[in-house]
Amino acid sequence: MTLELAHLHRRFAGFGALDDVSLSIAPGEFLALLGPSGSGKTTLLRILAGLDYPDSGSVHRDGEDFLATPARERRIGMVFQHYALFRHLTVVENIAFGLRVRPWRTRPSRAKIHEQVDRLLARVQLEGLGGRYPAQLSGGQRQRVALARALAVEPDMLLLDEPFGALDAQVRVTLRRWLRELHEELQLTTVFVTHDQEEALELADRVAVMNQGRIEQVGPPEQIYQQPATPFVCEFIGKVNRVELRRTGVGLAAGGWMPEGDEPWQGRYAKATAYIRPEQLSLVVPPTLPAWEARLRHVYLAGSVAHLDLYVPSLDQTLEADVASEDLSRLGLQAGRELRIAPRSAVLFPHDGSGATVDRERWIWLEPDRVHA
Amino acid sequence: MNPAVGRRKPGLTRRLVRLALILLALVFLLLFLVLPLAAVFVEAFRQGVEPYLESIRQPEALSAIRLTLLVAAIAVPLNVVFGVAAAWAMTRFEFRGKALLGALIDLPFSVSPVISGLVYVLLFGAQGWFGPWLEAHGVKIIFAVPGLVLATVFITLPFVARELIPLMQSQGSEEEQAARVLGASGWQMFFRVTLPNIRWALLYGVLLCNARAMGEFGAVSVVSGHIRGLTTTMPLEVEMRYNEYDYVGAFAVASLLALLALLTLGIKTLLEWRYGDELAAHAPGGH
Repeated sequence: MTLELAHLHRRFAGFGALDDVSLSIAPGEFLALLGPSGSGKTTLLRILAGLDYPDSGSVHRDGEDFLATPARERRIGMVFQHYALFRHLTVVENIAFGLRVRPWRTRPSRAKIHEQVDRLLARVQLEGLGGRYPAQLSGGQRQRVALARALAVEPDMLLLDEPFGALDAQVRVTLRRWLRELHEELQLTTVFVTHDQEEALELADRVAVMNQGRIEQVGPPEQIYQQPATPFVCEFIGKVNRVELRRTGVGLAAGGWMPEGDEPWQGRYAKATAYIRPEQLSLVVPPTLPAWEARLRHVYLAGSVAHLDLYVPSLDQTLEADVASEDLSRLGLQAGRELRIAPRSAVLFPHDGSGATVDRERWIWLEPDRVHA
Repeated sequence: MNPAVGRRKPGLTRRLVRLALILLALVFLLLFLVLPLAAVFVEAFRQGVEPYLESIRQPEALSAIRLTLLVAAIAVPLNVVFGVAAAWAMTRFEFRGKALLGALIDLPFSVSPVISGLVYVLLFGAQGWFGPWLEAHGVKIIFAVPGLVLATVFITLPFVARELIPLMQSQGSEEEQAARVLGASGWQMFFRVTLPNIRWALLYGVLLCNARAMGEFGAVSVVSGHIRGLTTTMPLEVEMRYNEYDYVGAFAVASLLALLALLTLGIKTLLEWRYGDELAAHAPGGH
């Protein structure tokens, strides 16, 4: 079952929730819709569920018009952000709901429903809790009931709206892994909405990054992380340092450092912005190579990783670098130390005359191969 | 200027204020609620049980009771349907004039009942806008049962809707959406998800609506025409008997209305105590 979304537009009073969104969802894939609040990701999910409709554009499932199919006939399982469990029904009744409301011709027998519910209770590891009401369950248990209820109707596609949003950090990580395993087992097309980039990168086969109603980039997590298509994706995914470059006699440069190698723009742009990941900063660069002189201001030890605040006077800017904690003493990294730092890789976007970035002229710069001392 | 004294004093003052306020409330309740209620029963039984029962058994009294029950039996279900529909529209849809609808639902609360009655006379009475046409087709509304029902429906219109709107607002529509995605039809969604979630608030609204429907005097009085045995409801019967100096008879019928009030109060308290968190007045904040 392939879903083709084409040129979807949706406006709510005052703001555009979707602005020309096109996307293709492959059978069995685990797709994340990632973006800040108001980016349109939930609107997109609700359109797939049949709870909202686009002002224009189309959705086709294997060539047939999906938007013309009413919500109840779309064969979709949906887990709502706050689970939306039926508060007056027990866990068993919640899970059985989708089967019990079927027209009598297609409704399974009482025994069949019972059997199916038992199987799902086991699958979501809630055996023995079938008689409870939603109010008597923990957040993680509620989420699993919601999932079992969605799976009970044997859907073709599973939609999850911020599935981990309401859970505390530890439960979240456990459930995330569990959901991933479940997906591998069922091979069910799954679309989930999240604002948490870590969640999206860890779980999904493909991530669609959304901003202001548009899809900024779609791709596998590594691609989104290493080759961000737009400045928004750079800044939204992970932490990133932003450095402004200006054209000098020798090329684009910023305070003593310049990206070596052939500039793809051939001198067409006077300014550019470089995005550098904290783990892509070399901290001990030999004096023969271009680098920034920096002073190490603070070391924040966060378990296996240490975050460093580096002040670069020539940029009048503080850059952030991440190193493995064990490298701290090996490199002699203490607050107050002077260092020569330079990026190992960066993503650069040139600026046009008005100062806006030119996204299609992205340059993924990598440090030239050389033998380090 | 001594902070220690300044701190001790409010404690005493507070206790005095509390005592005074409680006393005031009790005296007030005694004077305006308990005393009149007791008076109703005392006056009703002033000449003993036999005259009391006798005055209730009179055909006019029985007819008034029947009529009151009939009017309530029509007006309350109508307002249940209207109340649920209005609450649904107000909480599940965005539309132009929503605020106006909200204000209109409250209109019967803010308009004097006598005026509401007069409006119906103006519309459907013999000299009214539609009066001649209705008369020509043999339909009688004013000074007849349909007029009583109309006036009562109008007066009791806000009770159910007002009870449901805040509750349905706080519950949100996520469960209904979940039901739809799970394949429920509109009716299944309503009867399996919406109705169970609002049942106690609905019952509460029905209770208040019913109490008002049976007790309404002003609007009903205007459209009734006071035809004994035909268009007098219990409150009207009470007044007529009182005006005829039949005190025992008046208070006997009044005592039935008072009993209805006590019963309503009892069930209402029970509902609040048992299902308080599912009623609009105590609607939960989260989830």
